[in-house]
Amino acid sequence: MTANALLHIDNISKRFGGFVALDGIELQVMPGERLGLIGPNGSGKSTLVNCICGTLQNETGSVRFDGHKLDGLAAHQRTHRGVARSFQLPRPFHSMNLLDNLRVPLLYTVHARMGPLRSTGDLDARCLELLEMVGLAAKAKQMPRDLTQVEMRKLELARAVAAEPKLLIADEAMAGLSHSEIDDILKLLMRLNERGITVIMIEHIMSAVMSFSQRLAVLVSGKKVADGLPQDVVRDPEVVRAYLGQ
Amino acid sequence: MVMAFAHWVHVDYLYFASYTILQFIVLATAWNILGGYCGYVNFGSAAFFAMGAYSSVFMHKFYPLPIPLLIVIGAAVSGIAGLGMGYLTLRLRGSFFAIATLALAVVLQTLVVNWDFVGGSRGAYIIRPETLEFAGYEINYIEYLFFLMLSLAVLALITARTIERAQLGFGFATIRDDEMAAEASGVPTLRVKLIATTISGAFMGMAGAPFPYYIGYLQPSSAFGLEYAVNSIAMPMIGGTTSWIGPLVGAILLGSAQQYATVTISSAVNLLIVGLMLVGFVIIAPNGIVGLVQERLRAWRRP
Ligand SMILES: Nc1ncnc2c1ncn2[C@@H]1O[C@H](COP(=O)(O)OP(=O)(O)O)[C@@H](O)[C@H]1O
Ligand SMILES: [Mg+2]
Repeated sequence: MTANALLHIDNISKRFGGFVALDGIELQVMPGERLGLIGPNGSGKSTLVNCICGTLQNETGSVRFDGHKLDGLAAHQRTHRGVARSFQLPRPFHSMNLLDNLRVPLLYTVHARMGPLRSTGDLDARCLELLEMVGLAAKAKQMPRDLTQVEMRKLELARAVAAEPKLLIADEAMAGLSHSEIDDILKLLMRLNERGITVIMIEHIMSAVMSFSQRLAVLVSGKKVADGLPQDVVRDPEVVRAYLGQ
Repeated sequence: MVMAFAHWVHVDYLYFASYTILQFIVLATAWNILGGYCGYVNFGSAAFFAMGAYSSVFMHKFYPLPIPLLIVIGAAVSGIAGLGMGYLTLRLRGSFFAIATLALAVVLQTLVVNWDFVGGSRGAYIIRPETLEFAGYEINYIEYLFFLMLSLAVLALITARTIERAQLGFGFATIRDDEMAAEASGVPTLRVKLIATTISGAFMGMAGAPFPYYIGYLQPSSAFGLEYAVNSIAMPMIGGTTSWIGPLVGAILLGSAQQYATVTISSAVNLLIVGLMLVGFVIIAPNGIVGLVQERLRAWRRP
């Protein structure tokens, strides 16, 4: 299993001052897999995402992706290699309309990868296609500040997908949303996965995690305490004590 | 005879005044490429302007060249300085970056004051000819300087407008909006910022290169003058920082107001005018004149 993993996280640790946010994390994700990553608030999930994506640099350990080491690479280089993430708190480009928000990864990642293949017309069409995928096509010319909470999350995901990633990490893309909105996002992530994108979903909403994940990993205080089939993991006594039982 | 003299003074004055305004168009546009497009406020514009001016003084003493070549040299010197400043300071954000640029200006001024070859604190005289032979025609030197600065202003505006519509313009805007999101979208933020500091610095150097010939006597205090630092910030802010039109409008408006005040009141009130207008605009139209007009147009189109 290890040899052909898409993402291979080996013994990653990260400190903030004296505080150990990640403590020797080992994690592998197979191509095409849907992994759920859960853990209490402050357990280090977002920090792990940041270390995978290059937003933060881990002090020890190593991240391999698609057969190459990512260590030392800047965040944009990792995006070029095919790692994409959504931010827990959406970070749209607030001076640009939705179309242009999606244009950025197309210009800087898709073009950087395959050369400037697309004309302006093709670019516009692709942006619109992505907006249609998340149901925001009608708001193409609007600004991010005009969006609702769920629309903002969808824009965040669309922008990550625009970079045509191999791995998508959705960091709490459903927090604070209603049931039907959660279903929307779930369906979207499923569809992306069907297209061959490997997905790591970080989530607190257990029903969503359980219906989405093929595998579940649990972080508690910067340590991975469980990793396996979802139905087994949620019965694991340590997980129940540290997280689900609280 | 008297009439002819009056006419001559008048026309010459117009060239002088317009040169100053054009020079501010270049400076404001250059500042805006980093400050407006990328959101990095540079308080050290005077230093880049002065580097252009002093590279001309240096060449004047060392090996005199025609001004268009001096402009190229000024662009190279200030462009490289911009790149260097970028490397040193771009990991700083917000007010820290602004303070670093201010410090750079102080350090450079100190260096120039103590550099005797370019005149040191005494300053340097540049004797400029009254006229210039150009393609068989004899033209007034101030007209020549005016046309050079006009070309620079046009070049700066075309550059700014081109950037805005290109991939680079999107890159700049992502840096202004959110650098973390920019990186996540694949924008090489450090490289993009260095491109901005280099282009911005280069245009400020270009604006400064002909300055010793314009003023005739260059002192550190005039080349590093507060008015350059303040105007290059105030003009884009008043005109609007998100498009190339903003610095143009701001420079024409503020530049003319200052020229008018210099003639009718005194040159000392210049900075006062800038200060008052800046405060006024920050309150009434935080997105500048261009922003104000856009808002009106939008409101008018959407009844
Ligand atoms: N940039 C930072 N500086 C200092 N501490 C941080 C930083 N980012 C996260 N932390 C701390 O690290 C811990 C893990 O945070 P995080 O990874 O965001 O948790 P989660 O996403 O699981 O809720 C928290 O205690 C948080 O306060
Ligand atoms: Mg988090």
